[in-house]
Amino acid sequence: MPKVTYIEHDGTETTLEAASGDSVMETAIAGGVDGIVAECGGSMMCATCHCYVDDAWIERTGTRSEGEDDMLESAVCEVKPTSRLSCQIAMTPELDGLVVHLPEEQV
Amino acid sequence: MRDMELIEGHRAITPPEGMPVWDVDPFDTAVLSDPDAYYAGLRHRGPVVYIPRWSVLALGQYETTKAVFSDHENFVSSRGVGLNDFRVGDPWRPPSIILEVDPPDHTRTRRVMSRALSPKVVKTMAGMFAEAAEQLVDELVARGRIEAVEDLAERFPITVFPRVVGMRDVDQRILVDYGACVFNSMGPDNALRRAATARAKEIAPWIMAACARERLTEDGIGAMIYADADAGEIGQDEAPLLVRSLLSAGVDTTVTGIGNALYCFAANPGEWDRLRAEPKLVRPAIEEVLRYTSPVHTFGRTAGRDCEIAGYPVEEGTKILCVLGAANLDPDKWGDPDTFRIDRRPMGHMGFGAGIHGCVGQNIARGEMEAVLTALARKVARIEFDGDAPWRPNNAIHALDKLPLKLIPA
Repeated sequence: MPKVTYIEHDGTETTLEAASGDSVMETAIAGGVDGIVAECGGSMMCATCHCYVDDAWIERTGTRSEGEDDMLESAVCEVKPTSRLSCQIAMTPELDGLVVHLPEEQV
Repeated sequence: MRDMELIEGHRAITPPEGMPVWDVDPFDTAVLSDPDAYYAGLRHRGPVVYIPRWSVLALGQYETTKAVFSDHENFVSSRGVGLNDFRVGDPWRPPSIILEVDPPDHTRTRRVMSRALSPKVVKTMAGMFAEAAEQLVDELVARGRIEAVEDLAERFPITVFPRVVGMRDVDQRILVDYGACVFNSMGPDNALRRAATARAKEIAPWIMAACARERLTEDGIGAMIYADADAGEIGQDEAPLLVRSLLSAGVDTTVTGIGNALYCFAANPGEWDRLRAEPKLVRPAIEEVLRYTSPVHTFGRTAGRDCEIAGYPVEEGTKILCVLGAANLDPDKWGDPDTFRIDRRPMGHMGFGAGIHGCVGQNIARGEMEAVLTALARKVARIEFDGDAPWRPNNAIHALDKLPLKLIPA
């Protein structure tokens, strides 16, 4: 199972194994990562699962999905070129080792 | 196609071999009024159950319900989310262009709506919601004894929602009833649906007229939708239909959410004390109300092609009831689903659906519920039942008919 590492704003690192097809958001929620809220449960109706994809992985996670830009505008922390909604990144074997950084706040 | 047997406007199916069969009517008024035994029976029989009464499949276990409800590629919405298959018969109204539609058409309209209803937009409404809640709660606390469905659950959304949309026309009865009609029409041809259809005939023209551009102010969500039509993101003829969707799905649902929340707290005074002690729990409390009471209890999908559910073959054209109320009370998912705990944080509950059709108005719904509960928590020490609180049967909505309450001031 592919692994993903979450680095929270205070530096706390958590590495979790993702069930195939689960999103980076779902994996975080299942593993109790505090820095992701995911209020809407993955319908892309909030921006509380905001993450910054580590520079080393940005090519592999692909581009934002349709409408994701719009929703990122509602994020409370700064939106950077590496910003994604973690509900829109599905974990695949190719993403094994993925690193994402979490913003200071989600709501 | 001509010779096929139809039941409730969809093709009758032969159940796959070995699939549990249950002779139950999910739309019977007794079931709709008190659905827990039906939910448990459905979950107990298996991940997917054939219901001969309406020749449909029904899902009540969390995992399967969530998987099918989110799988818009196999299980489409464009053939209606009720029992009628729009491919074999005419719907009662022109279909919704966001609810009853699939990608890529859906992607376009959804984008316009999710922008208009984004957290950023809803944040700008918070002050107005809080002020309106404060005023209404003061008035009701002074009165002491209230019928909370009409006096509070209906009145609050009717006070704020038309302002949010920018409506010049407001009629509490029509706006609440229209939602109920839309949702009742998703069931079979029973007394509820027939009454709804009759009422819809009277009020649909009022609703459509209220959605016209000239009936909307220039600073509301309605105007944002028309602006997107001007920008060419949607057609000019599509804008009024999206405004109509706000009115179908944005009033009765929120009314139900607020009423159900009050019911939960009257029935669980310890949780009310907890909310008063920790006002920050209001957001998770809202999620728990939605999980525990499922304001939308059932929505359907149609198999768009031959596929499978839980290993059983499912033929194209099959109607599938996704029983969100049963999934939200599945002990395999929630452990102690029958306990109302405001700090549960029930991530993944089905109260707003799931996937690309997940409720687009959920931020406003949360904002309204938050304003009401926050004002109440500050001003009301206890919420007590003041008589029977019966549920009102509806083919898709789980709402109270009456909720007599005593509000004991803080």
